[in-house]
Amino acid sequence: MEPFISIRGARKSFGKVDALRGVDLDVKQGEVVLIIGPSGSGKSTLLRSVNRLERLDAGSIMIDGESVTEAKADIRKIREEVGMVFQSFNLFPHLTAAANIELAPLTVKKTSKDEAAEIGKRLLKKVGLEDKAAAFPDQLSGGQQQRVAIARALAMNPKVMLFDEPTSALDPEMIKEVLDVMTELAREGMTMLVVSHEMGFARAAANRIIFMDQGQILESAPPEQFFTAPREERTKKFLEHIL
Amino acid sequence: MDDSTLRPGREAGAPVPAQINVTDGSLIPQRGEKGGLSAWNIAFFGATGILVALPLYKPDPYLKILAFVPDGIVATFGVTIASIACSLVIGLFAGLGRISHVRIINRISTIYVEIIRGIPLLVQLFYIYYALPPVIEKIGLSKYIRLDGPSSAILAMSICYGAYMAEIFRAGIQAIPKGQMEAALALGLSRAQAMRKVILPQTVKIILPPIGNEFIALLKDSSLVSILAVSDLLRRGREYASTSFRYFESYTVIALIYLVMTLFFSRLVAMMEERLRQRGTVH
Repeated sequence: MEPFISIRGARKSFGKVDALRGVDLDVKQGEVVLIIGPSGSGKSTLLRSVNRLERLDAGSIMIDGESVTEAKADIRKIREEVGMVFQSFNLFPHLTAAANIELAPLTVKKTSKDEAAEIGKRLLKKVGLEDKAAAFPDQLSGGQQQRVAIARALAMNPKVMLFDEPTSALDPEMIKEVLDVMTELAREGMTMLVVSHEMGFARAAANRIIFMDQGQILESAPPEQFFTAPREERTKKFLEHIL
Repeated sequence: MDDSTLRPGREAGAPVPAQINVTDGSLIPQRGEKGGLSAWNIAFFGATGILVALPLYKPDPYLKILAFVPDGIVATFGVTIASIACSLVIGLFAGLGRISHVRIINRISTIYVEIIRGIPLLVQLFYIYYALPPVIEKIGLSKYIRLDGPSSAILAMSICYGAYMAEIFRAGIQAIPKGQMEAALALGLSRAQAMRKVILPQTVKIILPPIGNEFIALLKDSSLVSILAVSDLLRRGREYASTSFRYFESYTVIALIYLVMTLFFSRLVAMMEERLRQRGTVH
């Protein structure tokens, strides 16, 4: 089967620092891929290249047969189909939870107000926050904010979801509520690329784990194999730190 | 212009040098400065009291002066409000231009801001009122453009304050965390849509107080237009003084009226700032 996301020879440097040094990665439709690695290994840069928040210096990325990296790519069209969740939530503080979710359908897809409200209601229910529609972000806990952020990313019916360390800014007791929503999404068949060190989520929902170091993919394996029999010495060392 | 409250671009972790914070607004009440004997109370009620007491105590000339200048107050406010409105529009576009990724737009906006901020307002007023009309006539546009006193005054003040407003807009926009623009772009919004729906609504709340200060500064600077045949407050005072030879009395009244107006507005700005602070992130 044709891969859903196909990354070839991705290279990116920030000044003298090489963030990505030739990354190849294929992701099948419905696959959940977890990317781990030490800080500065390029995992966030890789993720942010998929919807072109970072532009590659070289290499190509295709999503469902459409190029992301070509200069004339219709990047807005592609971004509609790629949802993204950030470490710091990035909810819009001047809008209610419901309005955060409704903004993109109203602005980009020009849906009617009723339709947008319907989307907002359905997605808030999905993330278990139907009673928080009128709350502003600063009235919500971190976990609740991140769940609204997931709902907001789902409002455009994306084919792929990108998660950039979605639980790193959360208190431990709030991590589970976010991971539960993500696990549910995985179960529904969403294609997901997740940068995270949540090994519980890896075991429960990931089809594959990728270990990155110094801008390259060192190892790629299903969770059981990855945890029990890592091939690379570097992977073993890293796992010792986080397990 | 002081924009230290919105200082953009400071890198995280960089050592913060000692800084002083001096605004050009007049006597803005300090936070926590309460009670009947605050500096603002003394100045405001003192000035108002004198303005009321002088005509009662000596109707000639003080009451005559007070009766003579209201047109001037109207003209001063007219010029100030028209100029602030135009300068906000200019400032918004020039401020957006200053952060534009399109190099030519960025360059033009930056040059505008640098040039205008480097020339005294009085010189700009002279330039537009005296130097431009012959040029307009020479290139044959005098049929369409007529720069009389008030329109020259408003044009010059709008262009001048537009440059300062541009810096406020730029600083305000840059004070919004980068993640806001990224989140909007990731949802498929265009840059313009993200600006309109996400960035600017948040910016407005930050820049209201500095814009209030610019309003006060402009109110004071509007006295410069009295040299362009605009019958503003100062000019009305001068007219009265030169016919009656009551220079001391006339200019005392004019100074007190300016003081009462600017103190009143600085209180308003301070109250607005306080409300913004109390509500934290404002909705």
